[in-house]
Amino acid sequence: MAMKENLRTLLGAGWLGWQMEANWTDPFLFLVYSVAKPVSGALILVFMYIVILGGVAAQSTAFAYIFLGNAFFIYVGQVLFGVTWVIHEDREHFQTLKLIYISPISFYYYIIGRAGSKILIATIAVVVTLLFGVFALGIPVDAFTMDWGLLILCLTVGMACLVSIGIALAGITFLTAKHSGGINEGIAGLFYVFCGVVFPITQLPAWGQSLGYAIPVTYWLEAMRKALLPAQQLQGTGLQGIENIWLVALLAVSALFFYFLSILIFRLGDYLARRAGKIDMTTAY
Amino acid sequence: MNYAVETKDLTRIFRVKKRRRRRSGSKGAEQDVTALKDVNLRIEEGELFGLLGPNGAGKTTLIKILCTLLLPTSGKAYVAGNDVEKDPYPIRRIINMVSGGETSGYGLLTTRENLWMFSQFYGIPSKEAKKRIDEMLEAFGIWDKRNAKVRTLSTGERQKANVIRGFMTDPSIIFLDEPTLGLDVNASRIIRKFISDWVRETSGRTVLLTTHYMMEADELCDRLAIIDEGGIVACDTPRNLKRTVSKASSLMFEVDYLRDPDKLKGIEGIQNFTYKHNGQMNRTLLTFIVQDESAVADIVSRIVDQGAKIHSLEKREPTLEDVFVSLVGKGLA
Repeated sequence: MAMKENLRTLLGAGWLGWQMEANWTDPFLFLVYSVAKPVSGALILVFMYIVILGGVAAQSTAFAYIFLGNAFFIYVGQVLFGVTWVIHEDREHFQTLKLIYISPISFYYYIIGRAGSKILIATIAVVVTLLFGVFALGIPVDAFTMDWGLLILCLTVGMACLVSIGIALAGITFLTAKHSGGINEGIAGLFYVFCGVVFPITQLPAWGQSLGYAIPVTYWLEAMRKALLPAQQLQGTGLQGIENIWLVALLAVSALFFYFLSILIFRLGDYLARRAGKIDMTTAY
Repeated sequence: MNYAVETKDLTRIFRVKKRRRRRSGSKGAEQDVTALKDVNLRIEEGELFGLLGPNGAGKTTLIKILCTLLLPTSGKAYVAGNDVEKDPYPIRRIINMVSGGETSGYGLLTTRENLWMFSQFYGIPSKEAKKRIDEMLEAFGIWDKRNAKVRTLSTGERQKANVIRGFMTDPSIIFLDEPTLGLDVNASRIIRKFISDWVRETSGRTVLLTTHYMMEADELCDRLAIIDEGGIVACDTPRNLKRTVSKASSLMFEVDYLRDPDKLKGIEGIQNFTYKHNGQMNRTLLTFIVQDESAVADIVSRIVDQGAKIHSLEKREPTLEDVFVSLVGKGLA
């Protein structure tokens, strides 16, 4: 019974999320935006690379490392920012949070459902970026040689982990108003620097490396690179020696840890917000 | 006996952080706010119960606690026998809430989509939900707006859709927080009639309605509690409440603008009085609850002493406002 209710909540919230993400303009403009945004994001990186190194050597392992890290980081930004934004948007802009909160659903599953639409939008952006990388920049990703099993497994576990981190942040967002945008952007920025997105974590000072090793996004990005380019791995990343099985195990354990942590933080945030009367606050921030 | 709603010494205090207090400068400028103080209420199943009080009396705070949106500071609140603090989930299955004067809703969705989405959170089968929504859109006279985006609806249409959202889930207990606030006469009438029909249609349905419109409370409610500054000052049927001031008379004077109406206080025989200035007309409206009509002579003489002319004098049957004035010593508006 509870499972059926949670599934219904997931589907209802997912439907709502998709309407919000995709219904703000006409389909043609939405399509243009969906392609233009990730391609522009990729081009920023290309031009930075050209300015610094004087040209794009697509075959170079370093460029592929940066390009893939940047492409998959779209998920991190979209999910972390998106999940916490749900609380802010529903509470302040639409003023529906209290109405959903008092309905007989698990609010935790509602957030997961809303995150589902963010993942879908991010997937479109990631696929467009990858296609642009392969066909326009010559990134040597080959559908016949890539490790599909590792890709699907790690993508699934990685998403579960990201959504869990997002929900933990959503629990904190219950208690904040003007800081909610800053929290998720700050965390995403932290991950961008310390998780080996555009440079290996070995370039960081020792304390930074330790921090990087403690964040599951580091292993997830490495697993994505290994899945897409199994034969072309950058040396000296600090992670190249880890077997795929260990990467999966590390990700799974992290996902499980963050899942329980998210429940804890979310429940605490929920309780404190209910105590302080913040479930339906409108601050106009 | 299981009550639909029961509160025991319910208190809610909104704390002001020490840091904010210090920042506010003057000592005591930002104090803790006691929104509810030792509220004891019992609402039986099937009742249309009203909570009448001015703005800031604590009506919305009470509704928020009963809807599981807010925790009490002390005391207990039960909805259908469930503790709002410890068992919110069983409560959420049987309640719903509608607030007035809000603009809630997803503007990108159509009226029908918005309502359908909420129905899914209450487990109403999709086909059944669509049927119910269409029937209610028709009943509220906004069928032609079914495919209009919520952002394009007028205030009245939005509020009607909001009321449909609350009732379409067929709750056992519904909390209506000033549901006709800011609506025109016609829209208010439609909503009031719907509420009245809904609660009588099936036994066991309970409504807790907050309002500061006396006429609304008088017309709809089986019983009423009058709330002021977080405390219940009286609780009975509208008829019995009015009887408490029936020995007294309600006198309304329309006079020239009075610079100091407080000088009318202290006349022997007056139980209570309120005044309202009408700047546009340059007049003051005085309402007296008098125990002894011989006080009229003194009232007239004091008005004339202030150099004001009396334009009209009316004696009325006691209203709920008179009850409120008599109990609290001030008007509702």
